[in-house]
Amino acid sequence: MSISIDKVLGFHPAALLLRENRSTILASNIANADTPGYKAKDLDFRQALQAVLSSDSQSLANDPSGNDFVKYRVPFQPDTGDGNSVDMQHEKMAFAQNALQYQMSLKIVDGRFKGLMKAIKGE
Amino acid sequence: MGLSDIFSITGSALSAESVRLNTTASNLANVDSVASKPEDVYQARYPVFKSTLLNAGEGLASGIDAMGFGQSQNLAGVQVSEITQSQLAPQVKHEPGHPLADENGNIYVSNINMVEQMTNMIEASRSYQTNIQVAETAKQLIQQTLRLGS
Repeated sequence: MSISIDKVLGFHPAALLLRENRSTILASNIANADTPGYKAKDLDFRQALQAVLSSDSQSLANDPSGNDFVKYRVPFQPDTGDGNSVDMQHEKMAFAQNALQYQMSLKIVDGRFKGLMKAIKGE
Repeated sequence: MGLSDIFSITGSALSAESVRLNTTASNLANVDSVASKPEDVYQARYPVFKSTLLNAGEGLASGIDAMGFGQSQNLAGVQVSEITQSQLAPQVKHEPGHPLADENGNIYVSNINMVEQMTNMIEASRSYQTNIQVAETAKQLIQQTLRLGS
């Protein structure tokens, strides 16, 4: 019997890739907070993860970064005149939350690897 | 596409914000500059920001794009596209004793609004700090990923 690493890790590697992509999108929003005409974007994480999970294999082959699910944000406030739709506070919070969720997935993957190592070493 | 691209994104933002801080410093330094002709007066300078698409794995993170994700429309950095000058008319002051006064005894003082410059400076430094924090977070995430399984 062989150990299937894909099964052990579950959807967490896919989640990590999507979180990584989302963090670059949010970083772009924060970087462009003062750019006239820039429209904030975000990744629809739920849809992107569902798309990855419902594809035939979880091998992350097709569009692992979820670029098809990147959408423009609905502005939180009326336009102040420069056409920029970045709400700095919201973007900062979203970035922090996304970083924490990345760390959470990372911890879980880490734990699974540690469990595997324990089984292999027989300790 | 990856966490390393955050460094190119925030790097471009840091350089744009520092240009903004530089122009603000020039404007504040020239608040009291005078000239004997209206066209010679120092006018406030403002950088114009423009968002720019970055290629995944380019710039500081070159060579990282080994996973073949290629170019993405979602990596938006910032660049300063131009520096505009204020079109406000200079203040005219009647000071016949001034060494730079013209034949009517007038000198021309730049029309820089100190309060506007100070708010601009604070906004630029806050944006700079935020981008530093974003890079710091990305650094921590990458370091934790490297320690995976150990």
